[in-house]
Amino acid sequence: MSLLALPDRAADADPLALAVVALLAGGYLFALSRDRRCWPRRRTGAWLAGCALLAVALGPPALLPAGPAGHMAQHLLIGMFAPLALVLGAPVTLLLRVAPPPVRRAVAGLLRARPLHVLAHPATAVLLSTGGLWLVLATPLYAAAESHRLLHHGLHLHYLLAGYLVAWSVAGPDPAPRRPGLPVRLGALLIASAGHSVLAKYLYAHADTLPPGLAERDADGLRAAARLMYYGGDLAELLLAIALFGAWYGRRWSRAKRGPHAPTGGQVGRYSTSGRPGVP
Amino acid sequence: MDGRRSAGAGAVIGVAVMAAVDEIVFHQILGWHHFYDRSTPSVALLSDGLLHAAELLALVGGFFWYADLRRRRVLAPRAAWGGFLLGAGAFQLFDGIIDHKVLRLHQIRYGVHLLPYDVVWNVAGGVLLLAGAVLTWRARSARNR
Repeated sequence: MSLLALPDRAADADPLALAVVALLAGGYLFALSRDRRCWPRRRTGAWLAGCALLAVALGPPALLPAGPAGHMAQHLLIGMFAPLALVLGAPVTLLLRVAPPPVRRAVAGLLRARPLHVLAHPATAVLLSTGGLWLVLATPLYAAAESHRLLHHGLHLHYLLAGYLVAWSVAGPDPAPRRPGLPVRLGALLIASAGHSVLAKYLYAHADTLPPGLAERDADGLRAAARLMYYGGDLAELLLAIALFGAWYGRRWSRAKRGPHAPTGGQVGRYSTSGRPGVP
Repeated sequence: MDGRRSAGAGAVIGVAVMAAVDEIVFHQILGWHHFYDRSTPSVALLSDGLLHAAELLALVGGFFWYADLRRRRVLAPRAAWGGFLLGAGAFQLFDGIIDHKVLRLHQIRYGVHLLPYDVVWNVAGGVLLLAGAVLTWRARSARNR
């Protein structure tokens, strides 16, 4: 049933997607080469790790296990682990450091745009990612994506962008205009991971009917995939929580070093730059 | 020394560790109750998901909170231990009485006579809670002296 199991697509390593990944890695390294100040190495490492995870997910299918579990592993990489690593690479901060003034102004203008504030709110991000996942897996959309190539690629792009949005809005070091405080972000993370785990258990329990409309159904494989989704989601939540609290920990330290009467950290103009690069 | 925050951080870690012990020991190692109970209704599934997600956040948050107190040299170790035991005992009792008996989300084990399991579970929770209370109280009176 899985796309990866179909012989005519088995050798398909998706050159276009891989080229985009190479471009992401190359662009970041190019920006890095233009940066005169010392850019934290762990940011570079995070970004390149994110690109590598994407390459594994989109590259030769032989890198992943066969069947529905392999398909699930691909989605976990694209939708959760790669986006988190990319977000920790702080690409917007790097761009703002090296880009010429007109580009910087354009980025700053974009960050001030109201639609972006709505989009970048953790609640929106969670609705798009976890809500979108429910929509895909509990409706015939999943079966449709198995046969329509464009829809399939579109879904991958959606997973990646929605995952990036969640990681950025909840724990990202990049500037996030009007980012809500810790309780709201924790709440969003809680809802996202609970929704994810409930969906995984639901799929496990109903592997003989869900996702609906599949041409061939490998119920045992689907159950293995659901279990992988459950534990993969746990790991992603753990990593996101570490990123979120780690940034809080770093912020408290820099605030304490500045002394109790210094302006509160994390507010530069209208941007909350929580967990900025250079802060442990 | 910040006894109250130390106890708070300890309590958060205690709740989370006890929940994790329940999941790892009883769900995964012993397999007494499961990843998914076929009898579990959807409300229970949702509450279980929320509880599990919250436990993970509490574990990470509690440790960072603890690390922050330590770094600022205001950690009161005895109060933190007291809080840890209080949190662990409170979770154990909550799980034993509310989850198992009042809401009947799942039982400790299936196909056995439950009473001894329930008694051991809840008495263990009570002992932890009591030990935590004594330790917290002694930490506080030592500070006030």
